[in-house]
Amino acid sequence: MISINVNGEERQVDVPGDMPLLWVLRDELNMTGTKFGCGIAQCGACTVHVDGQPIRACQTPVSMLTPESKVTTIEGVRGKAAEAVQAAWQKLDVVQCGYCQSGQIMSAIALLTDNRNPTDADIDSAMDGNVCRCATYVRIRAAIKDAAQTMRA
Amino acid sequence: MLHHLIRQAARSGFALDIAAKPLPTPSRRSFLKAVGAGGGALVIGAHLPMPALAAEAAPKIIGPADPRPQLFIIIAPDNTVTVLAKHLDKGQGIVTGLATIVAEELDADWAQVRGAFAPADNKLYANHFFGVQGTGGSTAVANSWDELRMAGAAARAMLVATAAARWNVPAGEVTVAKGVVRHAASGRSFTFGDLATDAAKLPVPQQVKLKEAKDYVLIGKPDLHRLDHISKTNGTAIFAMDIRRPGQVTAVLARSPRFGGTVKSVDDAAARKVPGVIEVLTLPVGVAVIAKNTWAATQGREALKITWDDAKAETRGTDAMLADYRKLADQPGAVAANKGDADKTFTTVAANGGHVIDGEFVFPYLAHAPMEPLNAVVALNPDGGCTIWAGSQFQGVEQMVVAGVLGCKPEQVKIETQWAGGSFGRRATPNGDYIAEAAMIAKAYPKAPVHLVWTREDDIKGGRYRPLFLHRIKAAVDAKGNLVAWKQRIVGQSFMAGTPFEAVMVKNGVDETSVEGASDMAYPVPNLAVDLHSPTSPVTTLWWRSVGHTHTAYAKEVMIDRLAKAAGKDPVAFRMEMLKDHPRLAGVLKLAADKAGWGQPLAKGKGRGVAVHESFNTYVAHVADVTVDAKGQVKVDRVVVAIDCGEVVNPDIVKAQMEGGAGWGIGHALRGEITMTDGLVDQGNFDSFLPLRMSDMPAVEVHIVPSHERPTGAGEPGVPTVAPAVANAVFSVTGQPLQTLPFSRDGIV
Repeated sequence: MISINVNGEERQVDVPGDMPLLWVLRDELNMTGTKFGCGIAQCGACTVHVDGQPIRACQTPVSMLTPESKVTTIEGVRGKAAEAVQAAWQKLDVVQCGYCQSGQIMSAIALLTDNRNPTDADIDSAMDGNVCRCATYVRIRAAIKDAAQTMRA
Repeated sequence: MLHHLIRQAARSGFALDIAAKPLPTPSRRSFLKAVGAGGGALVIGAHLPMPALAAEAAPKIIGPADPRPQLFIIIAPDNTVTVLAKHLDKGQGIVTGLATIVAEELDADWAQVRGAFAPADNKLYANHFFGVQGTGGSTAVANSWDELRMAGAAARAMLVATAAARWNVPAGEVTVAKGVVRHAASGRSFTFGDLATDAAKLPVPQQVKLKEAKDYVLIGKPDLHRLDHISKTNGTAIFAMDIRRPGQVTAVLARSPRFGGTVKSVDDAAARKVPGVIEVLTLPVGVAVIAKNTWAATQGREALKITWDDAKAETRGTDAMLADYRKLADQPGAVAANKGDADKTFTTVAANGGHVIDGEFVFPYLAHAPMEPLNAVVALNPDGGCTIWAGSQFQGVEQMVVAGVLGCKPEQVKIETQWAGGSFGRRATPNGDYIAEAAMIAKAYPKAPVHLVWTREDDIKGGRYRPLFLHRIKAAVDAKGNLVAWKQRIVGQSFMAGTPFEAVMVKNGVDETSVEGASDMAYPVPNLAVDLHSPTSPVTTLWWRSVGHTHTAYAKEVMIDRLAKAAGKDPVAFRMEMLKDHPRLAGVLKLAADKAGWGQPLAKGKGRGVAVHESFNTYVAHVADVTVDAKGQVKVDRVVVAIDCGEVVNPDIVKAQMEGGAGWGIGHALRGEITMTDGLVDQGNFDSFLPLRMSDMPAVEVHIVPSHERPTGAGEPGVPTVAPAVANAVFSVTGQPLQTLPFSRDGIV
């Protein structure tokens, strides 16, 4: 049994230690908001936070987490940045197919938690790891700026 | 896709006429026989009889008001209005679009409107352009427009009649606005929910009055939110990938690494020892590993030792295929267009001060790579049928194909359509493809619901690509700078051949989807010759967002800029003078050029390019601004797009489709390609099939032509012109035409 803390709850899972966190979340804990897109940390659809930092769950073996590690997923993310980002996404109707958007939002929340006034270059750098095949990038950029403004207000 | 049918419909002056004309089609019996024999098949034209519809010019009274509103609208006592979408929403926003059409005629309040996917049913929910239930070719709004307006208006009339009866007042004194039914004189009102149960007992009215465009309160308004804008931002939207049925197992399939290969022998001993692996099955489509979860299934697959039989497989690389295509291009092909005498004109033009220009264009294979990898859950039912949970795009086809697999009736194949994580054409296949695979595995492993999951590598290496295409074009402007001759030879696989679409789409050896946008170009060339070779290969191919226009519009518009330069004319002016008889094309060209500031001077290293094209009965022009730096590296700075797609239901969704279409077109033009070495696909994931990323994305400005023409589509038409506009912008700086895609091959990105 491996013990992990997801969204503030202690969870026990009976899985091999090399199973990526992505599949623990999706197949063992039935938390499907975090998405499988590539499996090699190239698309960002599986982005979650570990101790507040964005990581790719598909390349994070569950054994790498310590019992003290705090995993936050789209289902459990809260706080000022999360509220501002999700509100901006909804205000601007960013989504199209929506499949990548959990990961986009988790990356954007991490960016704005550290930086409330990101430049375009900051946004490029923080978001280039998140692929959107619908190419909603124009609105993602606008929504990040909108959320940043909300947070500064 | 099915552009031919749509254009035929447009020519008839009333798009839905097509549904009343049976098209050449195999009977359902012969279809099932074909499926039973192992072939994929699709019935085209087994149409749902439509009510007689008045011509558009007639008063807005259409009757009888069938289809029945209850097929599309559920008004619940809790005052919600749920609109059932017969079309798949893969991000294009069609659930919102269809709900908007209904809500407009119903006079619902947008806040009470919900969307849901209709069950699969070819009798009730066929796409009127296809004859079976399915989504594609940017047809969803066009083919739903009449039936949903009628359904909404009929439901509204039933609510009004119910209220009038309760109040004992004439129906004419009852008004409806924002979801409230009122009798102004007495100050009384009902919600829809108050009336729903009784209204449902009334007969459907035989005549309904539809709104005039001037009275719209929802259609054409930019401030409606998408119905999925919240569930897709908090992780609660459910895709097929997220379906979890009781006892469900996960399957992955090992497929031949070469197209056309088959399993010779399997050693599954190591795979069976992987913890969590339940079963390994060898099927005609490959070797299935069934496991407790996705990780175990993929680990089990890696432990398989399979010997493949490549006797019938494609063993060429793409360089060898292209060399073969070039040899083919030296010979005449099947004639797609032939008027005047192009060859003779080239000779006379050259001798009389004109210019003859040659161009060879190469377009690579391209994967669709939707963000949600292909997957489906299949649960067998006690009656011999099954239930499928999938982002199903051709429900009607999939019912028939799976019925063939299971040996049941198509109506015993229940489909629970889910939000799809992108498609770009990939989920619509003539043979059911991944859903047929899932059904085969479920049949072989009937103990539990089976979730077949494709990994990203399965997707990138799995074929169904936009075909590799070669174009050779020779074109001439005379001494006055008029385009007088155009000869074009196209070489590329037909994805219609060998499918039941072939009967309709392939005529005299010409697959219309290979030449659309070229043989029928709007520019009035007096001497035009277009022909086609359709070589075959085991490499599987498919329509890909905007289909033939992905390559024909590019080749055409890049050549046009070269010809304009040879003629000493401005690229916009050269096009405008040729589009006098095409007001809607000329309209979008002028709009895009004006908004982009065409003609204003640009700084050194900056370039501006234009392209204009019609596809899917929609008219689009792009103007692209680029920077070419000192090292010759290109960055796309801004794209201005103008679109005329008739009456616009949701302007913000059309805008989103133009933004996304621009990204789609630019992303693949920059770096997108699938290549093969000795028949093995070189790319495998997003580290090698390189997607557009945030830092590549230009600013996009969208301008929509106001119109009350019949609505057409917006999902695909935003793609064809963006890449040639970028190429022409680079050409304006460097003087070098970009004729081999992707641009990364030229080292400029």
